[in-house]
Amino acid sequence: MSDLDIPAARASVFAGLRLTKTAIVAGSILLLWVFLAFFGPTLAPHGEAEIISTKTFAPIGEGGLLGTDKLGRDVFSRLLYGVRTTLVLALITTIIAFAAGVTLGFAAAILRGWFDIVVSRIVEAFMAFPSTLLALVVIGALGTSIPVLVCTVGLVLSTGVFRVSRALGMDIGVMDFVDAARARGEGAWWILSREVLPNAMAPLIAEFGLRFTFSILFLSGLSFLGLGVQEPAADWGLMVQENIGGLFLGSSAALIPAGCIASLTICMNLLVDWFQQRQQGETVLEKIDQ
Amino acid sequence: MTDTILSITDLDVRGRPPGGTYVPIVTGVSLSVKKGEVLALIGESGSGKSTISLAAMGFARPGCRIFGGQVVLNGRDIMTLAPPERHSLRGREVAYVAQSAAASFNPAIRIGKQVTEAPLWHGTADAATAANTAFELYQKLDLPDPEHIGSRFPHQVSGGQLQRLMAAMAMSCGPDLLILDEPTTALDVTTQIEVLKAFKSIIREQGTAAIYVTHDLSVVAQMADRILVLKDGAVVEAGETDQIIHAPQHAYTKTLMDAVTPKVRPVQAEPKKPEIVLSARNITAGYGATTILRNVSVDVPKGTVVGVIGESGCGKSTLARVIAGLTPTREGETQIEGKTVAPSVGARDKATLRDCQIVFQMADTALNPRMRIRDLLGRPLRFYHSLKGRAQVDRVAELLTLVDLPPEFASRYPGELSGGQKQRVNLARALAADPKVILCDEVTSALDTVVAAGVIALLNDLKDRLGVSFMFISHDLSTVSSFADDVVVLYAGRVMEKGPAAAVFQPPFHPYTKLLLASVPEMRQGWLEGVAQTDEARAASASGVELTAKGCPFANRCIHAMRDLCETTTPPDLVFPDGLTIACHLAPDALPT
Repeated sequence: MSDLDIPAARASVFAGLRLTKTAIVAGSILLLWVFLAFFGPTLAPHGEAEIISTKTFAPIGEGGLLGTDKLGRDVFSRLLYGVRTTLVLALITTIIAFAAGVTLGFAAAILRGWFDIVVSRIVEAFMAFPSTLLALVVIGALGTSIPVLVCTVGLVLSTGVFRVSRALGMDIGVMDFVDAARARGEGAWWILSREVLPNAMAPLIAEFGLRFTFSILFLSGLSFLGLGVQEPAADWGLMVQENIGGLFLGSSAALIPAGCIASLTICMNLLVDWFQQRQQGETVLEKIDQ
Repeated sequence: MTDTILSITDLDVRGRPPGGTYVPIVTGVSLSVKKGEVLALIGESGSGKSTISLAAMGFARPGCRIFGGQVVLNGRDIMTLAPPERHSLRGREVAYVAQSAAASFNPAIRIGKQVTEAPLWHGTADAATAANTAFELYQKLDLPDPEHIGSRFPHQVSGGQLQRLMAAMAMSCGPDLLILDEPTTALDVTTQIEVLKAFKSIIREQGTAAIYVTHDLSVVAQMADRILVLKDGAVVEAGETDQIIHAPQHAYTKTLMDAVTPKVRPVQAEPKKPEIVLSARNITAGYGATTILRNVSVDVPKGTVVGVIGESGCGKSTLARVIAGLTPTREGETQIEGKTVAPSVGARDKATLRDCQIVFQMADTALNPRMRIRDLLGRPLRFYHSLKGRAQVDRVAELLTLVDLPPEFASRYPGELSGGQKQRVNLARALAADPKVILCDEVTSALDTVVAAGVIALLNDLKDRLGVSFMFISHDLSTVSSFADDVVVLYAGRVMEKGPAAAVFQPPFHPYTKLLLASVPEMRQGWLEGVAQTDEARAASASGVELTAKGCPFANRCIHAMRDLCETTTPPDLVFPDGLTIACHLAPDALPT
């Protein structure tokens, strides 16, 4: 037995993750994007706003590697610059959404009473507005700047996170171990951070992945409407918006960033699916087999 | 051997924890059941008895797989069938009754529709025939109002009735084999009798073969023709019921039998008058619009065990929660060592909180699964005694030794422990506070007989060594009678009888106490038939527990009930010289003996 154990131990780092094929593919694509977020600008052949050709909407291979956009800028270079903006903004907004949503959601579930009623009703009022419209109003009133954009999108997304974490908190809050902590005399902060949060981690991580993709789509949507990242900075959503006119001229300058957004969100979703499967211990296919 | 319904040979089932590799659950088990025969599978939890019973349907729970062996049902090896063919067998040739009927019924669909679902799905009967069969089954199962019970929703019938309806659902296609997986474990003793009786008569009448899975030996004695004793997924002993009960061969079977046989307890010589540690006075409490406890008073003297017994829903747990400050009181107060304490946990100071600790029923849910044992035990040490670092580590090791666990367990997570070990950690956490009194809420009811006996022995030992007092809440009379010094009998949130254990378990009884004692299954065949015939049992099964403010709550199930008087006037407390108090309208010499 002992000589069999050694390779098993060596392989355990990867075996412990229990990667599936889809998870490997999705993970590698995501890693590539993260790598480019760090090193994209140094790898880019041209500047972010540099006009390299007099020909606008040049096809792939002509002018730049992936053609040029409506001003004759290199699509490939802008794409590499855009990764950073798209990923970092999405990450910050998701973190804001989670910090606000999870804290308030758990607090509402644990404290109940007036706190729960007041917070829940406010959140419901916010949820009643179409999220894009709400963001439009806020950004319209406060002007377009990155901090305003990030905070607004974060808060809009936090309403969903609030509902999920309140429901999770309600479920976990009635468990005996939480009652045991209450009987011991623990305060709300201990119960929230030590008793409830660790037990809600798995669904919250899955939720994080989903909200992250929502926030990429939402930010891209706002950029597309002209309310997000402003030119000449590169952002994938903005690139779609800038170059949408080129579609009628047969240019792929709008389709390429759209495809990148799709790859990012789909891969993130696949990874979240894999994570959820891993938590349940058995894949969907194995269940059907029964 | 044409009448053999099911035969299993060399069954091999393996299970896989999330992310782990397959480990054997059941190995090399063979059994066979003949027509009209009841085979009991007994063993502790984790012995593979449920897994075997599921395998009889060709089914393995998620994460488990049947790796080998033959399962021959009515002459066909069902392991070789394709999944759709297996589906068509289930319900028609083999049916399953699960432990919790409440969890198996869809709360949003009427009962009748769910009972007739299987014959309609299999196409063995049209709606009218199926409804007719269901009606006959309701009658046979002794269900009240058989014409209309099918049009009710699951929450509108009692737990015992729901369990019998579950049997009706299983019998609706007239299966050849019925699998009963711990069908009465979650029920109270008084309800258990009617359910067992109904199961037994329907099995006899239909000539169905049955597999009865349970850990309760005295129930097995009533139901089974043959017994298979399982341990760690293998058969340790098989034989006729009579032989297993009276002349067990294997050492493990003997251990099981010993744990069931009640130990005779020496009666305390003279009643001491020690100081009262905990005293709940005239407590009235409830949730929302329902009042559960009415005017309940319990005293716990220093260094003793006070047992609180009663059926589910009678307010035992609510009492513990009220004393711990988790549920608000409407009236009354709690005193610890003579001092009145704040009613809510938030308003109590640390010293008060420390003095009174509560241990919850389910060790599985009472321990945070994401904390190591050292943190679970370390927190109260730090919280109440400000112990840190080395001192805390040492004390955790001490506590683990105190509850007979190795100190190395400190680095484990609760999930890596067995049920009994978890319950010990649960106790150790309460002990970490150095409390004066511990409220134990059904701490042994989720445990196997052998393990529960170990926990009781530990509690007894702790009482003697540390001088801790216990309020021991249980629905299991034999446990309480072997362990408690004083006993309080609760029914529908009111105290029916209380006094020294010796006096409570000896005549005269309150009619309810008498019913409870008579309902505890005895380890002899034929007991069920005898007890079900008594007038007490008939009267008790007529209706359910009702929380009333008026009169005596037990009046609707009591054969001694006097019309008008019992239903309208709160019964007086009859006090006996040996410290026994009985709340009843009957004259002291007319009480049941």
